[in-house]
Amino acid sequence: MTFYEVTFYVLAVVALLSAILVITCRNPVHSAIFLVLTLLSVALIFLQLQAEFMAAVQIIVYIGGIMVLFLFVIMLVNLDVAVRQAPYNRQRWIAGFAALVLLAEFTLFIYQGRDWAKLPPAAAEAVQPNTELIGRALFQNYILPFEVASLLLLVAMVGAVLMAKQR
Amino acid sequence: MPENYVPILMFGVIAFLFPVVTLWFASLLRPDSRDVGFRRKPYECGVPPEGDARGRFGVRFYIIAILFVIFDVETIFLFPWAVQYKALGLFGLVEMLVFLGILIVGYIWLYKKGALEWV
Amino acid sequence: MTTLLEILDQPLVLALIRVLIVFTALSLIVAYLVYAERKILAHIQVRLGPMRVGPHGLLQPIADGLKLLLKEDIIPEGADRAVFWLAPAITVLASFTAFSLIPFADNFYVTDVNVGLLFVIAISSLGVLGIILGGWASNSHYPLLGALRSTAQLVSYEVALSFALISAILLAGTLSMNGIVKAQLQQGVWFAFMQPVAFFILFVAAIAETNRNPFDLPEAESELVAGFHTEYSGFRFSLFFLAEYAAMVLVSSIAVTLFLGGWLRPFPNVEWLGFLRFAPVVVFGAAGTWCFLRFFRFPTGREWFWQRLMLFALGAGAAAAALGLLYPPVLVASQGAFWFLAKVFLFLYAFIWFRGTFPRYRFDQLMRLGWHFMIPLAIVNVIFCGVGLVLSWELGWNRSLSLLLASGATLLVAAWLARERS
Repeated sequence: MTFYEVTFYVLAVVALLSAILVITCRNPVHSAIFLVLTLLSVALIFLQLQAEFMAAVQIIVYIGGIMVLFLFVIMLVNLDVAVRQAPYNRQRWIAGFAALVLLAEFTLFIYQGRDWAKLPPAAAEAVQPNTELIGRALFQNYILPFEVASLLLLVAMVGAVLMAKQR
Repeated sequence: MPENYVPILMFGVIAFLFPVVTLWFASLLRPDSRDVGFRRKPYECGVPPEGDARGRFGVRFYIIAILFVIFDVETIFLFPWAVQYKALGLFGLVEMLVFLGILIVGYIWLYKKGALEWV
Repeated sequence: MTTLLEILDQPLVLALIRVLIVFTALSLIVAYLVYAERKILAHIQVRLGPMRVGPHGLLQPIADGLKLLLKEDIIPEGADRAVFWLAPAITVLASFTAFSLIPFADNFYVTDVNVGLLFVIAISSLGVLGIILGGWASNSHYPLLGALRSTAQLVSYEVALSFALISAILLAGTLSMNGIVKAQLQQGVWFAFMQPVAFFILFVAAIAETNRNPFDLPEAESELVAGFHTEYSGFRFSLFFLAEYAAMVLVSSIAVTLFLGGWLRPFPNVEWLGFLRFAPVVVFGAAGTWCFLRFFRFPTGREWFWQRLMLFALGAGAAAAALGLLYPPVLVASQGAFWFLAKVFLFLYAFIWFRGTFPRYRFDQLMRLGWHFMIPLAIVNVIFCGVGLVLSWELGWNRSLSLLLASGATLLVAAWLARERS
């Protein structure tokens, strides 16, 4: 077990456990904290894959921005009503059966394709720093998606304000 | 070189354990907290508090948070551009001007619409 | 003995030693920053500040720390115990961990990564979570409102901060903190002189990010009692306090590294200013002289004995340090850290000076300043800086001239943004 394998398994277990705790926790703020832990584990997995820019962006945007947004919304909404609602409804047996079928399908596909995803490890010199690669790719090969991203941000701005200020 | 990041993790663990260990250590030295009178009620300038604190607080916090997310994503796009600026040259400047231009148009719309007013 | 040396030779052990050195030094700096703030504010307000505990109150932080440690730990009724306990730990983690990426000297930093600056921003943005969780966990109106307002303020000024940092990255061409300082060494000029508007924006945003006066409404006593840390008492409060002062030192360090040349001395490439390398000797010598002068003017008498002794010991220590620094290898080794700390202390003095001077911004005025003035100005500054750099590369203009023109254009836009609206 190399260092990388150990850290990967530890991070994967932490991410999965926190994700399960997100959906099973009663208290919304506790769920938010476990979601932060999940996102942090994913960021550390990015770091392990030598995608350092993505790891930093994950922390800055997801944890520093989106989780703050989630926490604001949790505090703006009256919590008592939400916490006292029954968490399950009457269709849970059918839903459970459908989830099991989906799980069986996924396991089958992953098992059949397990050899396809194995890549040879890259030589240490072949991997350039992540930020420079992204900079070059984004602004030379993928200009159009980049500009379309700015349009998406504009749409998000306008949509959020229009929906929030319905007066 | 992920091994460069291990010292950060070490520092983080030490910084996280410092409050935990100190609080535990101080709990051995501290006087016990007894439930006397109004001591454990939340503080409201001497008036007994009424009602739970989880009320409704207005939608302007939400607008600020969502605008922050959008502008944060914008600054994230600017970081690789700034690092590679010498290599991208004039072409890179024009691309980024288009990107920032679209977002400035959005900003002006927000300003006119009054979404940036706090009251 | 050889096994000890072998153990010390492992890279991780060396890193751990550096981590411990930086952590202890930081804790000492933060503790004495609290003392320095009380003394400086006192002198601004024509009074003396702490004078009793130790000579001129120099042992006050230790007394305060012990007092807070031994106080009763009150958790308000109905508070969420787990989150109440977690919030100060997150804030301390966020403020302290970012120091692992800051270069204090040419060869002294805990670690240096390619995307150092981005990680510093990432780690310090975790602190916002600590504030909002601390305010919510207290189950009380004042902390919750204080936390929401504080978070809204932090979040608004973080955008302006990021844009100001991007202006510096345009000049440096790298995100690694050590690389940015080396870029300033190569170009021979601190970035603050090439991008003064970005420096100004960074400074103002840094004050807003750390909830300092004039932007300290969320924790001002006359407004919200104490904001999000109203219900925290004893050592938990001191953790929030430590984290806030550590954040102050952090944003000062970032500003110094990016705009004021980090560990470089003033005019690093100018040879005839080499006599500036004796500055540490002068500083320690002046400190020793002050201590000895005070020692001779101290009132004599039995009850003042220990304070006189401490003052004498301090003076002797400072004089010994000054003499030791005259030895050339020590002088060379201490240059980087000395200049870095000197600039950071200058910044911290400015923070304290502002606290004693300015009235407080009302919250809507604060948000208006952030969204209507700072963010547009920062975006315009990035655009003009980019234009200036391209002009100097493509058309061959002098770089300083084109950046000066860019700053001039940004100042015109700033004047227009700050106009009086009828």
